[in-house]
Amino acid sequence: MFKSNIPDGSLDKKWEDYKGHVKLVNPANKRSLEVIIIGTGLAGASAAASLGEMGYKVKAFCFQDSPRRAHSIAAQGGINAAKNYQNDGDSTFRLFYDTIKGGDYRSRESNVYRLAAVSASIIDQCVAQGVPFAREYGGLLSNRSFGGVQVQRTFYAAGQTGQQLLIGAYQALERQVALGTVEMFTRHEMLEIVIIDGKTRGIIARNLVTGELERHFGHAVLLASGGYGNVFYLSTNAMGSNVTAAWKAHKQGAYFGNPCFTQIHPTCIPVTGDHQSKLTLMSESLRNDGRIWVPKEKNDPRKPGEIPEAERDYYLERRYPAFGNLVPRDVASRAAKERCDAGYGVGTSKQAVYLDFATAIERYGKTECRKHGIDNPTAEDIRHHGVEVVKEKYGNLFDMYAKITGEDPYTTPMRIYPAVHYTMGGLWVDYELMTTIPGLYAMGEANFSDHGANRLGASALMQGLADGYFVIPYTIGNYLADEIRTKAIPTSHAAFEAAEKIVSERLSQLKNINGTQSPESFHKRLGKIMWDKCGMARNEAGLKEAIEEIRALKAEFWRDVRITGNIAEFNPELDKAGRVADFIELGELMCQDALMRRESCGGHFREEMQTEDGEAKRDDANFSFVAAWEYKSDSNWELHKEQLEFEVAHPSQRSYK
Amino acid sequence: MEHYTMNLTLKVWRQKNKKDKGSFETYTVSDISSEMSFLEMFDVLNERMVHEGKEPIAFDHDCREGICGMCSMYINGRPHGPWEGTTTCQLHMRAFKDGDTIVVEPWRANAFPVIKDLVVDRSAFDRIIQAGGYISVNTGNAVDANATPIEKNKADTSFAAAACIGCGACVAACKNSSALLFLSAKVSHLALLPQGGPERKTRVVDMIAQMDKEGFGSCTSTGACEAVCPKEIPITNIARLNAEYGHAGLTSDK
Repeated sequence: MFKSNIPDGSLDKKWEDYKGHVKLVNPANKRSLEVIIIGTGLAGASAAASLGEMGYKVKAFCFQDSPRRAHSIAAQGGINAAKNYQNDGDSTFRLFYDTIKGGDYRSRESNVYRLAAVSASIIDQCVAQGVPFAREYGGLLSNRSFGGVQVQRTFYAAGQTGQQLLIGAYQALERQVALGTVEMFTRHEMLEIVIIDGKTRGIIARNLVTGELERHFGHAVLLASGGYGNVFYLSTNAMGSNVTAAWKAHKQGAYFGNPCFTQIHPTCIPVTGDHQSKLTLMSESLRNDGRIWVPKEKNDPRKPGEIPEAERDYYLERRYPAFGNLVPRDVASRAAKERCDAGYGVGTSKQAVYLDFATAIERYGKTECRKHGIDNPTAEDIRHHGVEVVKEKYGNLFDMYAKITGEDPYTTPMRIYPAVHYTMGGLWVDYELMTTIPGLYAMGEANFSDHGANRLGASALMQGLADGYFVIPYTIGNYLADEIRTKAIPTSHAAFEAAEKIVSERLSQLKNINGTQSPESFHKRLGKIMWDKCGMARNEAGLKEAIEEIRALKAEFWRDVRITGNIAEFNPELDKAGRVADFIELGELMCQDALMRRESCGGHFREEMQTEDGEAKRDDANFSFVAAWEYKSDSNWELHKEQLEFEVAHPSQRSYK
Repeated sequence: MEHYTMNLTLKVWRQKNKKDKGSFETYTVSDISSEMSFLEMFDVLNERMVHEGKEPIAFDHDCREGICGMCSMYINGRPHGPWEGTTTCQLHMRAFKDGDTIVVEPWRANAFPVIKDLVVDRSAFDRIIQAGGYISVNTGNAVDANATPIEKNKADTSFAAAACIGCGACVAACKNSSALLFLSAKVSHLALLPQGGPERKTRVVDMIAQMDKEGFGSCTSTGACEAVCPKEIPITNIARLNAEYGHAGLTSDK
């Protein structure tokens, strides 16, 4: 059902009114209603725990060996909430407005407002669970500011906020497992959804230890399976992060929203060679004190310390004198790519730029020397004191950098390069988080989300937990209230039989190709196409080429992939092959979406659509809509448009000058 | 940092499944860059094996940035290899030199049965958490987050314990395969916070009972767990756990 189902009424009253009138399910009936949840990150684990507490019969699935390993765990920075503990003017409205604007006016007002409205409850819930957020000496919670926002609304636990939030949700989930309301299936992967009479009624999952296929019934199915950044092969995602669950749902009729909206983070540790398997983020806060540069000479073989000041190109300061090194993420990312593509990159791979702290160390050092009353300090004094300040601010990041690269960032500049980090696109959902298939929901990064064309820092954790703790527990009742007369459908039903057959035939087909190339090698090639032609900058010719190349790659994959081992056993090669096959299909859709969207907005930059000074040029007259793609047949999609109405936050051109 | 390449000999534990006896197999790898991570070296070896039509080595891994706790190799007699405070995925090849022989085994513990090659079943850890490693608060029950101030020192110590990634290196390093460092980290995390107060006594008793049931051994305070912990969880947590356990026993209402 392609209707956004936004409640009537003024923006600030919609959610309250909705909650006041939504259908409820009585406790006795909840016990016979079964809910399946795919994925146990922040959205999935919080939903599983909350629905279990309410009395529903929940089955939760994850492909990892424990629900605690979901990739939400790797989030560093923090979680936003409109608590206004700092008395600095924050409010639900400000958080809503920042999020809409940050998303470059490509998200749905009503959903974003609800997100902001429930944000404060998330912090309360997490603290009650024992999440050890950072505190001040008075014992109250500490806040910091993030990414260009003018208030301090980010709660954090050192650089491990995602870990602490996930452990909170994981513990709540395990408590329900102990109480018997949630049944947990680890090392399981969802490979198909089962639809009976137009409603989602279950899944086919593969036990990744034994290789057996299992049928599971549910009155509703919730997908909380994360984002699809690994379509680029190299990203900050975990190795196992994949699109398979969402993609199976898409092919069964769930529309895919804004697939081309991807976030590329400017400061990551660069690729060192063909062996590279993943990329690691270095917090953006480093750009406050670091200066970004490359040599003025192409292919300069000298070490950074041997290049004199006059022969360095501080290209961000040169091109953007007003913002300098603090230009927005997309601008910083594209500028680094431009320099490297032009032959000025540094390091072994030449795909990196320097982030240099020498100036900051000297500046801080001089200030410290003054503070300590050191007259006529030597260069050594200044450096010593400067390093101390930088260590206190960024010590853990410098340590992580040193471990990975073997270089000391206190003495030699960091090498950094942009990397794929998050996907704003995902399964299209209505106000109630339901996809276009009745009874199938999507939460967290798996849905097309509240972030429009660009996500603000510290907002992903907020959205995952909002969906799981405070949205789905209400909205799912509105659907399940009409299902109380539906008895559990036996999995011997013909629809389960048919779905299992599709899965087993596909697995056999994959295995029987008996080709010569590994799933990994296809994944790498797909990633290169996507990164080169559907990455930081996109243009019509490149996207058209990419679509042709991906189609050829798909044909080659299904002709020549080699999967070792057997189907009926623990076989990571087989798991990987299935995920790569889905990524290849998704890659084509992303290119189609990027080709269709002839405007630049947020993380989506079409080279044809830019201002004279290289800024993104949005086209509100023609593209103020969510692109929802319906799968028709192989390489064939139909575009549906959800027009975006802005009643409160009126679109304006973002300017960083 | 000067980069170099190396040729290595690997002795890797291969075991088809839980029932298989298993044995070491020897492999050689060449032109390994010092810039690679340890797992990327395994990727190279596995790609070659797939190319040769052989079955690659199964190993657990996911985030590859040292936080998910999934990777679990026992390298040259030490969980997660030679670097201190480092997971296998963050270990880099510059820790080795040309010509080295590296022995790689799975975690060895009765409570962590081998699934295949280097992959083990750590679900016992989840069951220990189920026994009481949580605070019983339903969604929606919470009071305002700042209603209960918490001493900064206690909050920080709680956080340091909560940083445990549940990888199981402590068990693998322990001669008795005790899970006490893991368990004590969770007990400390929750006992140090006022929110964890109401269930303090039952939590520690129930979690220890579950640990015993899973077949983990006893702690002899050797400290091997602390030495290998990639998150450097201090053994003082075990002292706190002992105090909690004693207190629960002495003041039990039951």
